[in-house]
Amino acid sequence: MDSHLPRFLYRKGVPVWRDVVVLKWVAQIASAVLVIAFIYFLISNLLEAAEARGLGLGYGFLKTAAGFPMAESVIPYDPSRSFGYALWAGFLNTIKVSIVGIFLATILGLIAALARLSTNWLVRNIAGVYVNIIRNIPLLVQLFIWYFGIFQQLPGVNQALSLPGPVYLSQRGLYMVGMLPTDTFSEWLPFLVGGLVLSWLAYRLLLAYQVRSGRATYPALVGLILLIGLPSVGWLIASAPPLEKSVPVLGNFNFTGGLRLTPEFAALLAGLVVYTGAFIAEVIRGGILSVSKGQIEAAKAMGLSSIQTLRLVTLPLALRVIIPPLISQYLNLTKNSSLAVAIGFVDMFFVGRTIINQAGQALPVFILIMAIYLSLSLFTSLILNFYNRRVQLVER
Amino acid sequence: MATSESIVTRPPQPGIVVWLKKNLFSNWLNTLLTVFSVTVIFLTARGLINWIFFQADWAPVVQNLRLYAVGPYPAEQIWRVWVIVYMVSAMMGVSAGKWGGTVLVFARAMGVAYLLLALLPIALEYLGINTRLMLGGNLLAILAGYLAGSRLERRNRLKARWVLLAWLASFGLTILLLGGFRNVAVLPRVESGQWGGLMLTFLLATVGIVASFPIGVLLALGRQSKLPIVKAMCITFIEVVRGVPLVTILFMTSILLPLFLPDTLRIDRVLRAMLGMTLFAAAYMAENVRGGLQSISRGQYEAAHAMGLNNFQTTLLIILPQALRVVIPAIVGQFIALFMDTTLAIIIGLLELLAVGSAILNSNPQWLLLDMEVYAFIALIFWVFTYSMAYASRRVEQAVGLGVR
Repeated sequence: MDSHLPRFLYRKGVPVWRDVVVLKWVAQIASAVLVIAFIYFLISNLLEAAEARGLGLGYGFLKTAAGFPMAESVIPYDPSRSFGYALWAGFLNTIKVSIVGIFLATILGLIAALARLSTNWLVRNIAGVYVNIIRNIPLLVQLFIWYFGIFQQLPGVNQALSLPGPVYLSQRGLYMVGMLPTDTFSEWLPFLVGGLVLSWLAYRLLLAYQVRSGRATYPALVGLILLIGLPSVGWLIASAPPLEKSVPVLGNFNFTGGLRLTPEFAALLAGLVVYTGAFIAEVIRGGILSVSKGQIEAAKAMGLSSIQTLRLVTLPLALRVIIPPLISQYLNLTKNSSLAVAIGFVDMFFVGRTIINQAGQALPVFILIMAIYLSLSLFTSLILNFYNRRVQLVER
Repeated sequence: MATSESIVTRPPQPGIVVWLKKNLFSNWLNTLLTVFSVTVIFLTARGLINWIFFQADWAPVVQNLRLYAVGPYPAEQIWRVWVIVYMVSAMMGVSAGKWGGTVLVFARAMGVAYLLLALLPIALEYLGINTRLMLGGNLLAILAGYLAGSRLERRNRLKARWVLLAWLASFGLTILLLGGFRNVAVLPRVESGQWGGLMLTFLLATVGIVASFPIGVLLALGRQSKLPIVKAMCITFIEVVRGVPLVTILFMTSILLPLFLPDTLRIDRVLRAMLGMTLFAAAYMAENVRGGLQSISRGQYEAAHAMGLNNFQTTLLIILPQALRVVIPAIVGQFIALFMDTTLAIIIGLLELLAVGSAILNSNPQWLLLDMEVYAFIALIFWVFTYSMAYASRRVEQAVGLGVR
C-alpha cells in the first residue's frame, strides 16, 4: 500500500481508484453527465433557433382556430374549431380504424390459422400462400396497392359495382346497409350494457358454483339467455325501434343513406386487416400447436367430450401462449395506422403534420403525438404484464 | 429365410388415389372444402393470368428499369454502382467458398437471379446488350470468388475474421464510391439527393442494421447492468423508441433534428433518414441482444470470474460471443423487417423504390391509371428479396441447430 498518499484516498484500506463501489458511481455519474450535456447542447441550440426564427414552443396555439377541413371525423368538426380539437378528432379517427381493424384482423387471422391447421391439403396450402405473400411485402406497398391500385380506380358513382348486401363500391367509397341509432337509442342502451354485464357476471358466478359443488348449473346457457333476453326486452319496451335499417339509394349525384366508408378509410382498413391478419394467423397457429397432444389425450381419457376438451383444456392452454403476442400485434396495428398519412386518411399523425405545416409548431405537436402513441403502448404493456402475472399464478 | 425376406419388403407406397382420399376427400366436409378451394384457385389463376398477360400495360415498368434500380443516379456515373455490385458478388463467392453450406446455396441463388435478369424477355431497347452482359458477368465474379475462397480455405489460409472485415470494408467503400469527392475528376461528387431506387432501399436497410448493431449491443448491456442510472437511461431510450411508430421517428430526425443542431452543422436528407432508421433499429436490436444475453447461464459468468477475468473481459470474451451467436436469426429477421420499413422514407421525401414508382406514374399522363402494374411490380421485388432472405435464414437456423435448444 502506498502509505505516502493522503488517507482520504482510502476506504477500508482500498484505494478509491480500485474501489468497486466508487468506480461504479463514477461511471454512472460520468455517463449521466455526458447524456445531460448532450441534451443541454441540443436544447440550447433549439432555444437559439427558436429565438432567431420566432418559433413558438408553448401549447397556446392549440386554442386557435384550425382553419383546415377534415374529410371525415367521428365527432362534428368544421374549420372554425381549434387545433386541439382537430388533433382530438384525428386521435378518434386513429382509434376508430384501430378498433375496427383489430376486430376484423382477429377474425381473418383466426380463419387463416384454422385453415393452416386443416387436414385438407389444398386449404392448408392456400392459407400458407396467403401468410407467406402478405408477410413479405411492406405494409406501405400494400396500402398503395389498395388505395391507388384498387379504390382510386373504381368506377364513378353511376356505374358503382354492386355486391350482395347491398354493398356499393365506387370512387366515392364503400356504401353499405347500416343500422343507425334513432331517438330512442339512449333508452335502449342501458338494456344492452346491462345484458352484457349481467350475462358475464352470471356466467362467472354459476361456473364458480359448478366447480365448487359439482352440480350442473348451465352457466353458458344462462349467460346466453341474459345476453339476448335483456336487450330484446328493452327493444320491445321502447316506444320506437332504437336502431333503424338504412339502405343506400343512388340519387342524382351520389348515394344517400346507408353507412359510408371513405376510400381512404376503406383502403387503410383493408390494408391493415389483411396485413395484420397474416401475423395473427401465425400467432394463433403457434399457440394451438403449442398444446401438447398428451393434454388432449388426458382430457379424452377423463371422459370430456370434444367440445369440453376444446373449451376447458385446449383453449385455456393455447390462449396463454396466444394472448401476449396477440396484444402486441394489436399495438402494431395501431402504430401502423400512422401510415394513413401516405394515402390521405386523416388520423392523428396526418392532423399533426397539417398543423405543423399551418402553424409551424413542429416541436410541441410532435411531443404531443409521440406522448400519445407512447402512452398507448405503455398502457398495452401494462395490460400484458398484468395478464402474464395472472396466468403465471394459474400455472403454479 | 424366405419368410423374413417377405417381412422386410417395404410397404407399398400409398398411391395417388390413397393420397387424394386422405388429404382431400376424407369426409364430406373435406370434399366440400376441396371443391370450394379448387374453384377459388381456378378463378384466381384465370383472373391473374388474364390480367398479367392481356389486360395489364407494363410500359411504366419495362421502360424504366434503370430508375427502379438506382433512381436519378447520373447515367454516366452508373459504373460505380456496377463496381459495387461486382464487389458484393465476388465477396459472396469468397464467403461461399469459405463456409459452404447455406452461404453456398445463397450464392447459387444469386447467380441464378443474375442469369434470369440477364435473360429477361424484354425488348433490347429497354434492357440493352451491355446491361445484360454486365449482369451475366456477375456469374463469373461469383465463380471466381468461390474458386479463390475454396482454394484458400482448403489450405487453411482464409481466416473468418478477414472475410468479415472485408465485408465491413466493402460497406464503407460502397458509401465512399457512391458519394464521390468534391475535387476528384474521376469520382465527382454525386449528392445523396440523387441516390434512389432499390439501391437506396438496400443502403438504408444495411446502414440501419450495421450502425445500429454496436449501439444496440451497448443499450442491451446497459439495460442488463447493475448501475441504476445507466439502466434507467437505456430503458427509457429503448421503450420510447419502441413505443412510437417509425414514421414519427423519421419525421423527428428529418424535420426536427435541424432545429436541435447549430446552423454550422447541416446534415443532408438521406443521412438524416439513415440516422432515424439507425435509432429505430438500435432499440429493437437492443431487445434482440438482450434475449441472447438472458440465454447465457449464470455458470458462464461465475466460471469467467473464477478464472480471474474482470467484468469487462467477461462480457467481451465470454458472454457476448455466445449471446450474439444465439441472436443471429433474430438479427436477420430484423434486417428483413427494416428492409421493408425503408418504404416509409417516401413520407419524408426520399426517392426509394416505392417513391420511384410513384414518381414514374406521375411523369407520364398516359400512365395515369397504371398504379396497379407499378405497385404490383414493386411488391414482387420486395417479396422476392424478403422471402429468399427469410428462407435462407431458416436454412441457417436448421444447419447451425439454433432455435432448437
